[in-house]
Amino acid sequence: MIEVKGLVKTYGPKRAVDGVSFSVKRGDILGFLGPNGAGKSTTMKMITGFLRPDAGSATVDGIDVTRDPVAVKGKLGYLPESAPAYPEMTVEEFLGFIAEIRGYREAAARAAQVDRAVQLTHLTPVRKQTIETLSKGFKQRVGFAQALLHDPAALVLDEPTDGLDPNQKNEVRTLIKGMAEAKAVILSTHILEEVEAICNRVIIISQGKVVADETPAQMRARKPGARLDEIFRELTRGDV
Amino acid sequence: MRHIVPIFKREFLGYFRSPVAYVFLIAFLFISVSLAFSRYGGFFRAGVAGMDSYFTFFPWLFMFLVPAVGMRLWSEEKRSGTVELLFTLPITTLEAVLGKFLAGWAFLTIAVLLSFPMALTVGYLGDPDWGVILTTYLGAVLMAGGYLGVCALASALTKNQVISFVISLAACAALLFLGFSSFTDTLEGLLPMALADALSNFSFITHFDAFTKGIIDPKDVIFFLSLMGFTLFLNVVVLER
Repeated sequence: MIEVKGLVKTYGPKRAVDGVSFSVKRGDILGFLGPNGAGKSTTMKMITGFLRPDAGSATVDGIDVTRDPVAVKGKLGYLPESAPAYPEMTVEEFLGFIAEIRGYREAAARAAQVDRAVQLTHLTPVRKQTIETLSKGFKQRVGFAQALLHDPAALVLDEPTDGLDPNQKNEVRTLIKGMAEAKAVILSTHILEEVEAICNRVIIISQGKVVADETPAQMRARKPGARLDEIFRELTRGDV
Repeated sequence: MRHIVPIFKREFLGYFRSPVAYVFLIAFLFISVSLAFSRYGGFFRAGVAGMDSYFTFFPWLFMFLVPAVGMRLWSEEKRSGTVELLFTLPITTLEAVLGKFLAGWAFLTIAVLLSFPMALTVGYLGDPDWGVILTTYLGAVLMAGGYLGVCALASALTKNQVISFVISLAACAALLFLGFSSFTDTLEGLLPMALADALSNFSFITHFDAFTKGIIDPKDVIFFLSLMGFTLFLNVVVLER
């Protein structure tokens, strides 16, 4: 579903992403791990067509994102880091705007799509509220609702549980797990337990390079008995 | 191109979802009308049933007020991170640029048209040449578009609204002052005559003047339209960079 080959992105003298390759199939939930600044977000921005890669390619459903960015963006749902949204709009207005751009032109179809996303992400109590008045947890869910709205075949989620309380984290994880059967999901996170809880594959990147691509069980088997964060620290030592 | 509609709607309604629209419209009308009635405008003293004394300040007013509308177009999106959301939706950069520009232009058009009580007053007090008033309105709307194109471009260059405002103001001021002989005289001293002449053709005032006299010169219309086209093209280039 998502195929990434040799992606490179350079900011000035620094190679933020240095030849990252991997692929994600339908039904996969790929956990994208790495220290801050390792290149997770940059990789995701290149897959979703926000940044242009300096080299390499990213394809979604066989379509190259640099060749036909609009088609790729139509297939993807993307939750950017810190879930940006227009603060002066209400939740309903905002999701309606996304739905309209996503091609739901008739008011009825649009309302149906918005209702679905609102229900999935439990936004009903705040749907008439402006986004600037929402708490961090609700804002995050608005971003999530926006990414899910068109029921995309592939989801890219940049730190979807960041800033949520334990209950909300759990809820988001259940939601992701519930949808994953029919979708390809990439999610980045700092939380190692999260990877164990929902991902069936882990990629660890460090200094812009993939240093591990395996199942959570294989990662655990690297050093039997050790805690996951010890293994993580060992793999990403170069970043410290 | 069909995505222009939702972008336009969101941006246009966005002005009215915050106090921006009301503050702007009230300030614009208050300043423009009081200038017309002031002793510099001489709306009554002129003894002419026309709107000259109202519109002569427009190039100056726009120099300050259009940057106020244009500065948020892209800077705001960049600062709040929504630019990432916008450009990962299935739209092209051109659609986003056009949708946002047209929304800002429509908003400025409303501001200009809300001066209609002035026109009604003139009509009540005397017997104005409605043709001239109409062409002046057309000129003012076109000029607003020209200013806004410049401001939208400046806004795309930075995520800081203050910087965006200052760049816009400077660029608009330059385009305005090119029309004054004292300014062009200095230019002629510094630059070859042909170049100075060519530069002074870029002034808003020269191109707006004909409209206020009731003349729709294709040359002026093309000037404003091509200025918009050029700045919007650069806007796309800057954003795709």
